[in-house]
Amino acid sequence: MRSERHRLKLFRMLRTCAVALFATGAVLTTSACKHRSAASTGRAGSINAAGASFPYPLYSEWFSRFDKEHPGIEINYQPIGSGGGIRQVSDGILDFGASDGPMSDAQMAASKVKVLHVPTVLGAVVPVYNLPQIGGELNFSAGTIAGIYLGTIVRWNDPQLVRDNPGIPLPEHEILPVYRSDGSGTTFVLTDYLSKASQVWRDRIGRATSVKWPIGIGEKGSEGVSGMVRQSPYSFGYVEMNYAAQNGMNYGRVQNAAGEWIRASTENVAAAAAAEQDSIPADFRVSITNASGAGVYPITSFTWLLIPVTPKSATNGRYIRKFLEWMLKDGEDLAPSLHYAPLPVPLRQKVLASLTALQS
Amino acid sequence: MATASPPQPAQDSETSRPVRRPASTSPVRSFLQARGSGAAGDHAFAVTVMLCACSVLAVVVLVFGVLLVHSRLSLRTLGLHFFYSGDWDPVHGSFGALPFLFGTLATSAIALILAVPLALGVAVFLTEMCPLPLRTPLSFLTELLAAIPSVVYGLWAIAVLVPLVRDRIGPPLQRTLGWTGFFRGPNFGVGLLTAGIVLAIMVLPVISSITRDVMRAVPVAQREAVLALGATRWEMIRIGVLKNARAGIVGAVILGLGRALGETMAVTMVIGNHPAISQSLFAPSYTLASVIANEFAEATGDLYVSALIEIGLALFLVTIVVNGVARALVWAVTRNSATGARA
Repeated sequence: MRSERHRLKLFRMLRTCAVALFATGAVLTTSACKHRSAASTGRAGSINAAGASFPYPLYSEWFSRFDKEHPGIEINYQPIGSGGGIRQVSDGILDFGASDGPMSDAQMAASKVKVLHVPTVLGAVVPVYNLPQIGGELNFSAGTIAGIYLGTIVRWNDPQLVRDNPGIPLPEHEILPVYRSDGSGTTFVLTDYLSKASQVWRDRIGRATSVKWPIGIGEKGSEGVSGMVRQSPYSFGYVEMNYAAQNGMNYGRVQNAAGEWIRASTENVAAAAAAEQDSIPADFRVSITNASGAGVYPITSFTWLLIPVTPKSATNGRYIRKFLEWMLKDGEDLAPSLHYAPLPVPLRQKVLASLTALQS
Repeated sequence: MATASPPQPAQDSETSRPVRRPASTSPVRSFLQARGSGAAGDHAFAVTVMLCACSVLAVVVLVFGVLLVHSRLSLRTLGLHFFYSGDWDPVHGSFGALPFLFGTLATSAIALILAVPLALGVAVFLTEMCPLPLRTPLSFLTELLAAIPSVVYGLWAIAVLVPLVRDRIGPPLQRTLGWTGFFRGPNFGVGLLTAGIVLAIMVLPVISSITRDVMRAVPVAQREAVLALGATRWEMIRIGVLKNARAGIVGAVILGLGRALGETMAVTMVIGNHPAISQSLFAPSYTLASVIANEFAEATGDLYVSALIEIGLALFLVTIVVNGVARALVWAVTRNSATGARA
């Protein structure tokens, strides 16, 4: 019996020892892991960036190419949306941000860090629609697009649409307007254009990443809007040009300020930036929708990187600066292949010169 | 080793000293004491379990506190107006949650109206009438429905349910029930009805599996007693099973309702995201959860962000109020039946 007790005690002691050993082992391994991960971050380093999702396909292509040519630091870009990009850059969380709309004066004033706006490429918003048995491209003016979303143009054979589209047998069917339900730069660019080109729109709705739509249905993301339009006969919506082009969607022509009907392409979108070149301010915070001049597509906008003037670390600052210079020289030429419009060459020089404001 | 050692001391104490041991400590007690179990362990266990329970409370209080703190600006500026205004206009800084409250309650109500009878049917069939070989696969399949991620339901709804409601379900409803006003106006396939149907499918497994477990817990003696009194099978289920399981069934419905109120992804994909209050079930609508998911990432301006957080607070309160009402209902029902039985 005594031996039994001894055995029990021994067993308990052994168990305690085992637990202690296991615990120390676990602690040692975790600390070793920590050491290893610390070493790896020390070796490579990373830059955290986040913001607009519209230029994300191009940015990720840029970052991976640049990383291959200049190994060492990795840029992590998260497409969390322009609003999130502005917020996180202002709070000093990110190495740099990105936005489809420039920061407002109030946002600049509220920001904890001084931010430089660097335009990267241009995007365009195009009207998409689903009209069974009608081929060809329809013409839309600011007046008809605003009318469709305000509910003043209810049917496809509305006199205004018929006037803009001579010879096309438009059906007497109700239009289903589809809009982006999530806050988005795409909505901002469209409403900015409509606010400039339509008095009624400016007074009733205004411009923002999400607005109060009087009628219609909202769908989340470009894929939501295009999916709904594709699926629902007699619907009308808007998506980014590169999204429509990559998915082989047919899209309409839009009347520009000179009265021409223009179907968006990377050339006539870049032409809008070239046409507005002289009116672009030194900080590049400008809206170029409804640009004047011939041959330009009117619903276009820059998209920007938001670079804090004082970098989080000198190494990161130098790397970001190097990337921006590479982007303006080599990166821009990659843009058309992904259906983004590159900056006009004179503008690239201007942007390059503005980089001297960055501290290193 | 751990499995081999326990029987030995037990056997030992049984054979060598069963009589000499004081009456207060049983052999099991002494074995446990020898292994180091005792009052200290008991207390430690009690404290640990209590901490676990308190953590739930702490999470609820923290969530509520954070929502309250971050929506302070909107609470102060908009006041009660926020809850009865129907205007949601971020451009002009006007925020009203009424259409979202309506959308949340309406879709959940549609979901429950469709799902509760179906779930009860499934549960009754599975516990009372299902042939044994079918029971396991059927239970498995209903529970599998609960494991499907909501975004998959959303995709399925866009691809299958939206065209179905637009072309097949909508038109006959419009013809036969159009006079009620619930099925009027243009039907694009997205809206309250579609969102309600998706939600019904999503809450069905929750309600049916819990109901099934509750019904299975009703003692067989109850069933036999009712049958012995000459009841038919339906009467047996109604009197012997459903009546006894009533409180548990309401609990299952409450859990389902909780999921329906908070469901975001699938609803956002098919509800149409248009903040308007309409009598027609074909009309697009908007829910509290959807507007947060849609607009939070791009919200700029302090009041806008604050108003969205207050939407979250509203959802929190709606859940609490609806749950409270449901609990009160259960309490009223069970109390009445208790007094009825006594009388």
